[in-house]
Amino acid sequence: MAGLVLDPIDERRLAGEEGEAPRLAMRVLVAMARATDAERFIDVEAAHVDACLYHGQVSLDFTERLASAGARVAVPTTLNVGVVDLLHPDRFRGDPAIGAAGRRLMERYVGMGCRPTFTCAPYQLPDRPRRGQHVAWAESNAIVFANSVLGARTARYGDFIDICAAITGRVPDAGLHRDEYRRGQVLFRLGPLPDRLESSDVLYPVLGHLIGSEAGSLVPVIEGLSAEPTEDHLKALGAGAASSGSVGLFHAVGMTPEAPTLQAAFGGAPPLRTVEVTLDRLVAARDELSTAAGPGIDAVSVGTPHASIAELEQLAALVDSASVHAGMALFVSTDRATLAEAEARGWVEALERAGATFVVDTCTYVTPILDARARVVMTNSAKWAYYAPGNLGVAVVFGSLEECVRSATLGRVWRDPDLWGDGG
Amino acid sequence: MADGRALAPGDGFGEALVLSEPLSFWGGVDPSTGRIIDARHPQLGASVVGRVLVLPSGRGSSSSSSVLAECVRAGVAPAALVLREPDPILALGAIVAAELYGTALPVVVLPDEAYAAIRTGDRVRVHAGDRAACVEADG
Repeated sequence: MAGLVLDPIDERRLAGEEGEAPRLAMRVLVAMARATDAERFIDVEAAHVDACLYHGQVSLDFTERLASAGARVAVPTTLNVGVVDLLHPDRFRGDPAIGAAGRRLMERYVGMGCRPTFTCAPYQLPDRPRRGQHVAWAESNAIVFANSVLGARTARYGDFIDICAAITGRVPDAGLHRDEYRRGQVLFRLGPLPDRLESSDVLYPVLGHLIGSEAGSLVPVIEGLSAEPTEDHLKALGAGAASSGSVGLFHAVGMTPEAPTLQAAFGGAPPLRTVEVTLDRLVAARDELSTAAGPGIDAVSVGTPHASIAELEQLAALVDSASVHAGMALFVSTDRATLAEAEARGWVEALERAGATFVVDTCTYVTPILDARARVVMTNSAKWAYYAPGNLGVAVVFGSLEECVRSATLGRVWRDPDLWGDGG
Repeated sequence: MADGRALAPGDGFGEALVLSEPLSFWGGVDPSTGRIIDARHPQLGASVVGRVLVLPSGRGSSSSSSVLAECVRAGVAPAALVLREPDPILALGAIVAAELYGTALPVVVLPDEAYAAIRTGDRVRVHAGDRAACVEADG
């Protein structure tokens, strides 16, 4: 191993010659470079920071150290969700002290020059990264989308190092920044599936959950998707795979930018392993996502990761002239810009009239927004289904978007009888 | 005694808790109690406090670095982390806690054979330097 070689600018920052904030940032970056065997640092053109989500006093301790030293971001930087919906702050039902601390944390990052985007889906904003561009993104679903769907390059950054990269514009030359870590490793071969399932949104979060469980931190390659998936489908797949596993990049043969062919996806090497994705395996993965069977539910939550404008259009069409059942809640999480666009198109008013509640800047599984009495919640998101039981102490029923919407209007779980063919 | 690789430096000693599956600290560990709260995890309910936590790797969320560092601040962190695969997100939590609170939570990676030899309940001593680490288990 050649060891880590620093550029003069890295040395100056590390020595404190550029100020205290770059010094602390560089110390953290150098420790990470050693942990990842990097031999040098490279420039990034943008950053997405997740450290604005409050996880306890440590979040503020670290941020105040940087902010009080006058930290400023050096590259365009977007922010992930925080704990408070700043447009609707009264929706936060948690400890007011945590709400205040969480809000202060969000404001501190804006004060450092980050854009107040507060979304887990920064790839839905304008100016998203281009193919081959190096960025420093945190938030597991955003990381996997940037690498897989956009063909941009980011390692799996976590809280703290994200803002360190934004302050310095530098990251260790390691992991998914490098060609050799972007080659496929595990092949997931889809067998014949019922037509309805192949064209349904529900296939993708379930497939993602299965892939994450099997691939762990390896790079999965998916072969045999028959329908052309939308960006929303790939978003749901990636979010599922980055929850049940540590997936930071996947390839879908013929569909994602670095996988024009199976051979290209694997960089010419054979797969380490092949997983045959049968209907039975998908049904098993689907069933893992539910911890309750229903039919009783207290709320429905959609929009994890944050809903796109296309998803809000589908939602408005599905709700149509129906109303959320009395005593039920339908939560829809999205980002501010998408909310504004949906407002302009009249969908927000229609959905709110039907009884839906919009949440921005945060998400319903990271912060107390649901009624504290809610015990069973239905969702179309593998990520929500994965984390909500631990975070909120609720039981989860997983279903398609249509199943979620119809269940919200009926007040009990509704299942599409033909969606899964004979797999039930 | 097994040689491994250091991801975060320090010395730790404690009873091993071997996890049969990867664990995301965010959503998986309660940073006020140090208990495993991931409803799908086989070791649900176990306490990581003061244990040498032996796990294949982290999982999923990029917030696990915050939750691990908050466990350190709150005094409910493991004594050391022993991994089978390098996990930069967990290493980062330990590194930032060291910067903020002057603590040292060693994070090390062991080769497969040495990793597999550790059993829950073994008394394990972990020493991690800048690059090299050694792990001594007394079964």
